[in-house]
Amino acid sequence: MRVKCPYCGDRDVHEFVYRGDAAPVRPAADAGEAAFADYVYLRDNPAGPIAEHWYHAQGCRNWLVVERDTRSHAIAAVRLAREAAR
Amino acid sequence: MRYSIFSLARQALSGHRGWRPAWRDAAPRDAYDVVIVGGGGHGLATAHYLARNHGITNVAVIEKGWIGGGNAGRNTTIIRSNYGLPGNIPFYEWSMKLWEGLEQDLNYNAMVSQRGVLNLYHSDAQRDAYVRRGNAMRLHGVDAELLDREGVRRIAPFLNFDNARFPIQGGLLQPRGGTARHDAVVWGYARAASARGVDIVQNAEVTGFLRGPGGRIAGVETSRGTIRANKVAVAVAGNSSRVAAMAGFRLPIESHVLQAFVSEALKPLIPGVITFGAGHFYVSQSDKGGLVFGGDIDGYNSYAQRGNLPVVEDVCEGGMAIMPMIGRARLLRSWGGIMDMSMDGSPIIDHAPVPGLYLNAGWCYGGFKATPASGWCFAHLIARDEPHPVATDFRLDRFAAGRMVDEKGQGAQPNLH
Ligand SMILES: Cc1cc2nc3c(=O)[nH]c(=O)nc-3n(C[C@H](O)[C@H](O)[C@H](O)COP(=O)(O)OP(=O)(O)OC[C@H]3O[C@@H](n4cnc5c(N)ncnc54)[C@H](O)[C@@H]3O)c2cc1C
Ligand SMILES: [Zn+2]
Repeated sequence: MRVKCPYCGDRDVHEFVYRGDAAPVRPAADAGEAAFADYVYLRDNPAGPIAEHWYHAQGCRNWLVVERDTRSHAIAAVRLAREAAR
Repeated sequence: MRYSIFSLARQALSGHRGWRPAWRDAAPRDAYDVVIVGGGGHGLATAHYLARNHGITNVAVIEKGWIGGGNAGRNTTIIRSNYGLPGNIPFYEWSMKLWEGLEQDLNYNAMVSQRGVLNLYHSDAQRDAYVRRGNAMRLHGVDAELLDREGVRRIAPFLNFDNARFPIQGGLLQPRGGTARHDAVVWGYARAASARGVDIVQNAEVTGFLRGPGGRIAGVETSRGTIRANKVAVAVAGNSSRVAAMAGFRLPIESHVLQAFVSEALKPLIPGVITFGAGHFYVSQSDKGGLVFGGDIDGYNSYAQRGNLPVVEDVCEGGMAIMPMIGRARLLRSWGGIMDMSMDGSPIIDHAPVPGLYLNAGWCYGGFKATPASGWCFAHLIARDEPHPVATDFRLDRFAAGRMVDEKGQGAQPNLH
């Protein structure tokens, strides 16, 4: 598997650290325990397309949002996380 | 047919023409008391113990492919009960005790071999952690022995004791640990369950759930038709989130791929199971002679049943670090399996948050050793609607309640467990 870092280009997956599903969003501080338990522990864990956070630790050290299919590992798109967040 | 030395002799005299299939490949009926989704080790063990311990035999095991085609047939066959946490030790030790009597119970040779599991330590801090774990085991009546360098050398003289970065200082040995033949475990449970009347239905994928009054689960939709059931029990290791989604809930689980490797057959070389403590590498030798080894999971969500090369490299580097002679062996095969990695690295045996549905999930990379106790405890839960005493900590609500069973102390990051 190779990840095409927007900054560094096509790089071996070895250089990246995986964080996981990019979908969960930290709830507001007063959102309550159930919302936090959901955020910390529950995942969709789809078989198919997923957007996830990868960190280019041995490269430019950017956080990335990678769109990948968990059934084939095929990567459809990679964006810088700070751009995805906008 | 009961297997024995006499049945073998009789068959030998008649040219082995009288052997019958070990279990019935059943067509699904319309309704059962209990439908078990997933024909891996856990699903089949559950069926066996439902029949054997609770007299519930109107049961079907529904498998989307062939039985044992999932992780049950892909794992590296290590069995052990060398855990450190109070929620884990009694459960895994119960499993070990069941392994010790399994072949008599099933009348099937599962090739259970208690050849010992040795965890190497490479630093003072790691020794202290192993001492603590060993003491916790012994307090629960589990066997554990701390070996110094010479003790390890007596068992495995071929190890690289003076690796410049990770010299071997000693090891924690569980003599009763070892290996079992994974396929035989599947077939043995299938045969025993089938003999008691359980239907084993293959090539039937569960695609949805039937709902009764109040939203209660009333059966399953499958690729071989609708099957009604009073209770539905899910044991689909690696696919738990997908099946849960069909019932409308999410789990504290990510699916990850773990790879394993086997070398060409060699003469007897590795006495038991040996694990490298400074990287992640473990190895044993099958009775056929192949070195069976593995290491870390790949570390990203996957349903692909195959991994990537960086882990192959990492595993081989770990192997070269502790036993450089492994570099001379040729690799025969490598493969991957998809496992449920849970948020605390421990399993779930509990009611699902939907009435009528029971959940057995989250086994991570260590569920083979758990197969007997998992089936035993899951059957208990299904039959009696209460958790078995050795599985009370494996509740689904432990995450929200903050009662994690986090053996590694890694927190809610599945790929680190
Ligand atoms: C490479 C590797 C090495 C491992 N090594 C070890 C080890 O040394 N020791 C150890 O203790 N554990 C080990 N494990 C973990 C162990 O294999 C698993 O935890 C355990 O096998 C899971 O339980 P199971 O046998 O029931 O799973 P499986 O055999 O995977 O059974 C689940 C079944 O459910 C079926 N299924 C899924 N979805 C559906 C559906 N919708 N409808 C119908 N059926 C469905 C699947 O086809 C599958 O057959 C390893 C795992 C891997 C991948
Ligand atoms: Zn980069």
